[in-house]
Amino acid sequence: MSVQSAWRAAYRLRLKRRQLLWRALRSRHALQVQHNQTAQIGRGDILLFASMRNEARRLPYFLQHYRQLGVRHFLIVLNDSTDESAEILRAQPDVSVWSTQRSYREARFGMDWMNWLLMRYGRRHWCLTVDADELLVYPGCDTRALPALTGWLEARGASAMAAMMLDMYPEGPLSSAHSAPGDDPTKALPLFDTQGYSWEYQPRFGNISIRGGPRKRVFFAKHPERAPHLHKVPLIKWDWRYAYVSSTHVALPRHLNGGFDLRSGLPSGVLLHSKFLDGALQRAREEKARGEHFTHRDRYNAYYDRISDDPDLSCEHSARYRGPESLIAHGLMRAGDWT
Amino acid sequence: MTVGFIMMCHTALDRAAQVARYWATSGAPVVIHVDARVSEHDYSALGRSLADLEDVSFSRRYKCEWGTWSLVAAAQSAAEQMLDRHREVRHVYLASGSCLPLRPLSELTDYLAARPYTDFIESVTTTEVGWTVGGIDIERFTLRFPFSWKKQRRLFDRYVEFQRRVGFKRRIPHGLVPHLGSQWWCLTRQTLSAILQDPDRDLYDRYFKRVWIPDESYFQTLTRLYATSVESRSLTLTKFDFQGKPHIFYDDHLQLLRRSDCFVARKIWPKAERLYSTFLAPGNGSSVMAEPNPAKIDRLFSKSIERRTKGRPGLYMQSRFPKKDHENGKTSAPYSIFHGFSDLFENFDGWLAKYVGARVHGHLFAPERAEFAGGEEMFNGCLTDSAVLRDYNARAFLTNVIWNSRGERQCFMSSPRDNQDNNWFTATDPNAQISVISGAWALPLSRMNENFATIRREAARLQKRELDHLEILRSMYVKARVRIWSIAEFIENPMEPLQTIIDEISPRSTRRLTEAPQMVDLAGFGQFLQNLKNQGMQPLVMGDFPLDEGARQTATRRGRPYLVK
Repeated sequence: MSVQSAWRAAYRLRLKRRQLLWRALRSRHALQVQHNQTAQIGRGDILLFASMRNEARRLPYFLQHYRQLGVRHFLIVLNDSTDESAEILRAQPDVSVWSTQRSYREARFGMDWMNWLLMRYGRRHWCLTVDADELLVYPGCDTRALPALTGWLEARGASAMAAMMLDMYPEGPLSSAHSAPGDDPTKALPLFDTQGYSWEYQPRFGNISIRGGPRKRVFFAKHPERAPHLHKVPLIKWDWRYAYVSSTHVALPRHLNGGFDLRSGLPSGVLLHSKFLDGALQRAREEKARGEHFTHRDRYNAYYDRISDDPDLSCEHSARYRGPESLIAHGLMRAGDWT
Repeated sequence: MTVGFIMMCHTALDRAAQVARYWATSGAPVVIHVDARVSEHDYSALGRSLADLEDVSFSRRYKCEWGTWSLVAAAQSAAEQMLDRHREVRHVYLASGSCLPLRPLSELTDYLAARPYTDFIESVTTTEVGWTVGGIDIERFTLRFPFSWKKQRRLFDRYVEFQRRVGFKRRIPHGLVPHLGSQWWCLTRQTLSAILQDPDRDLYDRYFKRVWIPDESYFQTLTRLYATSVESRSLTLTKFDFQGKPHIFYDDHLQLLRRSDCFVARKIWPKAERLYSTFLAPGNGSSVMAEPNPAKIDRLFSKSIERRTKGRPGLYMQSRFPKKDHENGKTSAPYSIFHGFSDLFENFDGWLAKYVGARVHGHLFAPERAEFAGGEEMFNGCLTDSAVLRDYNARAFLTNVIWNSRGERQCFMSSPRDNQDNNWFTATDPNAQISVISGAWALPLSRMNENFATIRREAARLQKRELDHLEILRSMYVKARVRIWSIAEFIENPMEPLQTIIDEISPRSTRRLTEAPQMVDLAGFGQFLQNLKNQGMQPLVMGDFPLDEGARQTATRRGRPYLVK
């Protein structure tokens, strides 16, 4: 690539980033404050940002998990939520809540809202941006809290940590995955695929794209190129000039996306994805009707139909989740130099 | 006689205070240097928290920047204060605010009392030192470094390069032999005072002010002038990672630290509550007088560093994304590819499974589906038999199969009909054993019920693919164990090559092959090849197949397995 075209590509990304920041700035009008406790945020606190819809069942464990890791404040956008999420969140001492009825899809799947809150509150903090069905684990997370990780990353001059999303599934059909509010969802969804993931370097954003897991194996066997991406950058030391591009898969500027590169020596994490709790069937029907989730809606109707058929994703070769060490052994995450 | 501690602090002052209190109450005087950049508020809070301890004092504060003289200056003034104020001190121990004593003070004082004239300071000449980052070792002493390595890296590098090109050299003061080593030392009063009260100290200080990272060389060099007995090692356990950053110890390192038998460790994560509460608890310590043994920790660390730098052979994940040909092992275990065998022999995989202790798959890369052994639809690690998923990344599929069946050799069939994406990969993989019967793909074609024009087109296609593959297998880059026969050669004497291949797969079993695999009917094959020729397609990969060979072969051998002694 010539210097000129490299420069042009870099400039295009710069424009893209500015456009995202502008959208983020505009999207602040869409958010109504429900409960603002951000005044509590102290210097160096680790913050968590999420947008969600009707996640009352997952919330108690979600909050517990991340509090235990060392998140000090939660900033949450409720989108069109009709269950008791709002009440649960308002009762928490460390949660600030916004709500919006606007289209999730038009807000770039909620990322405009996230970018706005990150810009407004995330500066100079280590920020986790996750979905309600994602639980972050990283090497040694049962003994080392997040501040130990972020402290190490910072001493290393790293400003982000990459994580792979790992689809968890139950032992029988999806409808059998019962989980009471407050339960660890990996109890109801103990299985995952250890292999069958493929990856490629994507030069535009400088990230390594990962696809695979049970969704690719079962729902996208004919179109692996449409299978969901599994790479994410959930943890970033935020700067107001940063922006997430598509979900938390890719962020700008480009250097934030290099976390999976082995040569960096950085640890990587795994987001345990509890999409397939028994509510997933009902949810798939709803989402298909709402059409708020994918860029190409029509392509994914078949996917929703397949989920509604209540398939059994498990097989005799599925591995059982036994804590972060087992994920390292399978090569799904790594400790890098952080030993 | 006792030991006095100098603590260099800049963050986590509460932890430093905790450690200072531990030492002071055990009977060792402590002089604390607090970085001048620490706010007045925090500094006075630290002072208040230690106000009740007589033997804790604070030295003149310097603004300490990494790699600069300020660190040495701070250590000098703190050491002077220690020697002046505490006459009973025989050894002075330089520690940092993130150090943690791992053994009771009494064990350290006993250890030092048994070695009253020994200086513990890592001090090695620049030619012997293996750990300098950036390749600057003796040049630390002969070049000038006006720019900050951390903040002005580009200027730093350019100026070093410039001085090298110009041939600039600073003169090392007469009598000094540059030595380097860890900045955490423990010196005797004699040596330390000799350094601090040297009549030439001004000269040395002026020189070392412009040396790069003087805290790793000032005391290390000057000690050599005065010490009677130098133990060139640090009593402080420190580890550095792959990039030269100090390793941080967390709660989960507790057992490791305990087993190291070292006196002091750094750096400790300030929130490692379990480490602090365990090691600072009264009565912690072993009854036996063990020699410090950092080697145990070294072993563990080199293991993890090796894994980090090399990865595990054959495990490809997003977390290790090796550059092509920089892999540490393309695959994790040996495997065998049988090319053309299933076309020449009936039920070859069934026959092979009887003779080798291995998992024998059909055509793993067949166009319809991956033919796993036993017709399974799923394989270890949730690999499915879907051809689309497999072909999306054929290489990952193969390495996954090998990785997921570690401990059991994998064999599979191949032919030019199959996906050819892995040809280069397998040919250059030392784990691969590739046996080829070229031209065997034409056998099924010869019995096909199809228009001859279609057959000829298909034959041309397959021959092209096989020729491409053979070219790869004959290239100079091949690392696999490759054997190639044309079909004509092979049927002359099939048992010998088969025996060789099988002996290689399971070298310890000395079983002779007693039963040959059953060959397909070769009648008419020679004629078929002749027909292809007549139609203008030149068969190139079958070898010298005689026109009537097929008929003769089948007449004598069909249905009658022969024995080899």
